[in-house]
Amino acid sequence: MLAFTIRRLGQSVFVLVVMAFLVFLGVYAIGDPVELLVNPQADALERARATAALGLDRPFFEQFATFLAGAFRGDLGRSFVYNVPAIQLILEKLPATLELAMAATVIGIVLGIPLGLIAGLRPNSVLGRGIMAGSILGFSLPTFWVGLVLIMLFSVKLGWLQQNNRGDTVLLLGVPVSFLTADGLAHLAMPAFNLALFKLSLLIRMTRAGTREALLQDYVKFARAKGLSSRRVIGVHVLKNILIPIVTVIGLELGSVIAFAVVTESIFAWPGTGKLLIDSINQLDRPVIVAYLLVIVTIFIAINFVVDIVYSLLDPRVRLGQAAGAH
Amino acid sequence: MLRMLRFAAAALVAFAVPFVAAKDREVSIGLQAAITSIDPHYHNLSPNNSLLLNIYEPLINRDPDGRLVPALAVSWKAIDDLTWEFRLRRGVKFHDGSPFTAEDVVATYKRVPNVPNSPSSMATFVKPIVETKVVDPYTIVFKTAAPHVLLPSDLASVYIIPKAVAETATTADFNSGKAAIGTGPYKFAEYVPNSRVVMRANYGYWGGEEPWDKITWKILSNTAARVAALLSGDVQMIETVPTSDIAKLSSDKNFRLADKVSNRVIYVHLHQWSDKPPPGVTGKDGKPLDKNPFRDARVRKALSIAINRDAIAQRIMEGKSVPAAQLLADQFFGTSKKLRPAKYDPEGAKKLLAEAGYPNGFALTIYGPNNRYINDEKIAQAIAQFYSRIGIDAKVETLPASVYFTKATQGEFGYMLLGWGTESNEQGSSLRSLLATQDLSKGMGVTNRAHYSNPALDKEIVEAMATMDDRKREGIIQHGAEIAMNDTALIPIHFEVSTWATAKGYKYTPRTDQYTLARDLKPIK
Repeated sequence: MLAFTIRRLGQSVFVLVVMAFLVFLGVYAIGDPVELLVNPQADALERARATAALGLDRPFFEQFATFLAGAFRGDLGRSFVYNVPAIQLILEKLPATLELAMAATVIGIVLGIPLGLIAGLRPNSVLGRGIMAGSILGFSLPTFWVGLVLIMLFSVKLGWLQQNNRGDTVLLLGVPVSFLTADGLAHLAMPAFNLALFKLSLLIRMTRAGTREALLQDYVKFARAKGLSSRRVIGVHVLKNILIPIVTVIGLELGSVIAFAVVTESIFAWPGTGKLLIDSINQLDRPVIVAYLLVIVTIFIAINFVVDIVYSLLDPRVRLGQAAGAH
Repeated sequence: MLRMLRFAAAALVAFAVPFVAAKDREVSIGLQAAITSIDPHYHNLSPNNSLLLNIYEPLINRDPDGRLVPALAVSWKAIDDLTWEFRLRRGVKFHDGSPFTAEDVVATYKRVPNVPNSPSSMATFVKPIVETKVVDPYTIVFKTAAPHVLLPSDLASVYIIPKAVAETATTADFNSGKAAIGTGPYKFAEYVPNSRVVMRANYGYWGGEEPWDKITWKILSNTAARVAALLSGDVQMIETVPTSDIAKLSSDKNFRLADKVSNRVIYVHLHQWSDKPPPGVTGKDGKPLDKNPFRDARVRKALSIAINRDAIAQRIMEGKSVPAAQLLADQFFGTSKKLRPAKYDPEGAKKLLAEAGYPNGFALTIYGPNNRYINDEKIAQAIAQFYSRIGIDAKVETLPASVYFTKATQGEFGYMLLGWGTESNEQGSSLRSLLATQDLSKGMGVTNRAHYSNPALDKEIVEAMATMDDRKREGIIQHGAEIAMNDTALIPIHFEVSTWATAKGYKYTPRTDQYTLARDLKPIK
């Protein structure tokens, strides 16, 4: 176990360093941040001063070495644009993104599984067909378009919901959250639903397929023959058995939603990390781009690490020492 | 299951808060671009300079037409070619209650070149000052090493802060609000990076009372989201209305549009670094040309008159652009009244190409940014179509600004679409930046990405820069502009027209500098 943990940590650090190097190289190849940051009317002296102030006058490998040395001390550099530590900028925005991702996941689960069950139990009814048609729309409509339609309907026409920024926040265990205030919910509803739409459609389809398959199984027929209420048959026998793949997908999707909520965040001006990343890429704010990707990769590594540990706890046949080799 | 659904729907509706109309003296404004700091000397960036002008003030301000008007200085004059005297306004108080005097100006100008990690400092504006003398608390004299005619214009970009703040505060102190102390009509209240800035009225403002108690500036970079915010009443004004929404908003009587020609020209630079054919220019068979066609003034002129500027203004810009003949629109200082936008003349263009030795044209790649100027990509495509009519095989390649400008500066493009905002509102400075023979140490041709060089033009520019008399200088600049434009030194396309949209009951006085200022927004009955 200990050997596995150590080996795994070593691999993770290696992944992080390689990724940082690639991002560094990529941003270096795209263009010169000074070209975008310096006022176009500035003279050559001013350009040289700015280049030196940002450390961009030094050779590429020296810049990377400086960054690595700082990173091992926990310092990921300062934003070129905002002149604050990049990690601080990200941690300030992360709660908003996590909240949005969680809200989207909850909407996906709360609506997706019941709707999928209905569609699976009554595949030929109007309702069942309607749900399936809706899920096709959810898959195929582009997020930015749905977002704009939501804004036009609920914000411009009906005036029920707020379409930009985060609402009032309150501290929950030291983290600012907005879902506990009415104003916060009015701001959260549309972006969360917009982000949930794809996930929702996915869950509906998975649940429906699982339900239809399970209904044909002998144990369901047997349960019915035993005279169990249909509520118990569906709630216990069907649902429990189809839940395992669904839970896996929810977990996988959570990570990707955190990392890629970019479109939704920019349409609803949601002050999260996705919007920060896009703005930073447009401005070639390298420290923020690198720090953001490092944080996200760390989250993914941590999730996988936990999954591996949980695996071995759940199933004693999985030996981590050997399993690690296969990863 | 259905009950759960119903519950979820009910919950959604119950928590939705109906929109409440903003209180009379509170207003929200949707901005296009994020600001990067509350520190007025950290980053010389238009969105920063615009927003912070509500909190801080310079010695000299600009009115909506771009003319210099007194602010913290009541008057200024050049005593001789190297000496300027500024008389300061009495009875002005900073937001913290301390009085404004000449010492604050001295301390501010001392801080400006020394802001740590500044990505683009304001040092350029105060650098010409080599000596400062405080005559009395309300009179200050600046000495320059060489005649510097643009000093008043330069100082209009430097915002004054109290001496105590200038000597100690860091950029972080400004962002937290601790050091955000100016003399302007509004006081700092809150700053959430990339999201919003809140300001409150400065009731003791020397310029009289402002109409608003509280202003919330929201950063809404996405154009569709910005328009939706206005339509839903979330904000009462937005800047930079997307051209696609102009028709809709102008026909809706609940909204009011305001627009004004800006000091930004959209133009084309033609790579003239050497006699070698520039990147992206080949024969129609793909083989390299034997020389650089852009070094021939006839080719440059042909490429200019082949563009139908009126069509671009009407069809692509929805009327929100003005065809350009020079680097600034007619009403600005130093523009020549003799220059008119090139008339669309494809036949004439063909003839000129034939005279220059290209009777069958050549192949050309038009490079342009795709997220920097209004409709930049569409303009590049339109130009390509015009060129196909004079026998040039034109294709378009557009890139995001983050990639585009580095490559443009490195000379990787032959035909490049660019834009330039003349902050001084005086054509001399744009001629100097864009078309003077490049000499970085002298500040000549700093942004001359074409490496265009014309000794006759250089002579006029140098002379204009040393002529203190405004009328004489204007004449020299006009002459210089005529030399440059008659040589088609670059191809001016149009001047962008900046647009603002306000909700019913609000009126904005549009500005040439594209700034969005609270003091120009008024309630109307």
